[in-house]
Amino acid sequence: MAHDTAHQHHDSNAAKKRIWTVFGILSVLTIVEVIFGYIRPSFFVETEFVSMSILNWLFIILTIVKAYYITWAFMHMEHESKGLRRVVVWTGVFLICYLIAILLIEGAYIEEVYTKGYITWDF
Amino acid sequence: MDNTAVAKTGTEGRLWGGGKQPLKASYGKLMMWFFILSDALTFSGFLAAYGFSRFKFSSEWPIADEVFNHFPFLHGTDAPMFYVALMTFILIFSSVTMVLAVDAGHQMKKDKVVTYMALTILGGLIFVGSQAWEWSNFIKGEYGAVEMRSGKILQFVDANGDRIALEKVAMGEQESLRERQTESEGIWYMDEKALPSVTLDQVKTGFAAQNDLRVRTMKLNEDGEKTILDRETSLDYLNNRGIGIIEGANMTKNEYGAPLFADFFFFITGFHGFHVFSGVVILCIIFFNVLLGTYEKRGSYEMVEKVGLYWHFVDLVWVFVFTFFYLV
Repeated sequence: MAHDTAHQHHDSNAAKKRIWTVFGILSVLTIVEVIFGYIRPSFFVETEFVSMSILNWLFIILTIVKAYYITWAFMHMEHESKGLRRVVVWTGVFLICYLIAILLIEGAYIEEVYTKGYITWDF
Repeated sequence: MDNTAVAKTGTEGRLWGGGKQPLKASYGKLMMWFFILSDALTFSGFLAAYGFSRFKFSSEWPIADEVFNHFPFLHGTDAPMFYVALMTFILIFSSVTMVLAVDAGHQMKKDKVVTYMALTILGGLIFVGSQAWEWSNFIKGEYGAVEMRSGKILQFVDANGDRIALEKVAMGEQESLRERQTESEGIWYMDEKALPSVTLDQVKTGFAAQNDLRVRTMKLNEDGEKTILDRETSLDYLNNRGIGIIEGANMTKNEYGAPLFADFFFFITGFHGFHVFSGVVILCIIFFNVLLGTYEKRGSYEMVEKVGLYWHFVDLVWVFVFTFFYLV
């Protein structure tokens, strides 16, 4: 019995440590985002990679990293079974990617129709 | 009895062979995960629609740093995004207290669960309050703009390119000094929207008299800044294309630029705020159940864990809203 309690105590300390570490990571990432969003270094704004500035890539990648930590550590996805993890994450990631791709391609196409001068839209 | 049993399937012992719980989660937790998944798809639908509209108007979308630059008690200073960043921290921190409450629940420590849940509720309330403040600033507006025939807007700047409010541009007497028609005073219960504080004629007069003023259009130049027209073109645009005054924002018009910008702002942050609000309500219910000792008697604090999942999801969505609405 004494052994069990000691074991649980140890587990709880590890869990708390994990929580505060993740909080630290999330805070640092947010601060980095805000600093970059405030300064907007011209190199990051002007350099493009796959038709988007690398500043925006940075924001999006940092956001996905934050999402990973929230889901894995705070929502305990890391302790769930492999099956549950895949059911939730794969489904979500696939459908969201599909949705985004199709809508952004359409949006860019409509912008092109506007700017190519088929329609007067500033009068 | 024996002959009612199913013949051996040959899959005994396999994970998905039946008689096992492959996902190792209770029904309630599983359903919370599936709810979160579907809700995540709803939110990504909204954000993708926002992306669609932004791509469609990519050459004239409002600049978020110019719109969301208020900070409480620092009136008039330009503080882009700092307030939203603060809100993000409040929400992340309430997520931390929530996960601490779940952790305390695992150890059956009722008092700690109570403390941490109370802190989480407090964080949620502060966040909803901050969002209300953000909304009120957005609706009220700061500088005002002139609407053109095409539905696009003109904003005013001085020689340095700094924004000038309509009241400072406007000059001369207000021609028609009439009162706003309200339902209680008007004929046949008709009313109208709030009247602008200045008239278009006053703005035109004032603009003609002050030589250093320019207008800027919604169009973004190569540096990602709004195009400032020269003096002649400014006068031409204002006098020949201007049809009205826009102050603040509503669902159809706003002084920031594309009308869709305000629509998406209201819709996405509103839907998220509604989630935070309902999260606070659910947290309160669970909180009182904890106080009453319901889960102590039940021998499991899994309910705290389930509401925790929802609360973290709200935080997760905000991380994305923050990026796509304020940063990108």
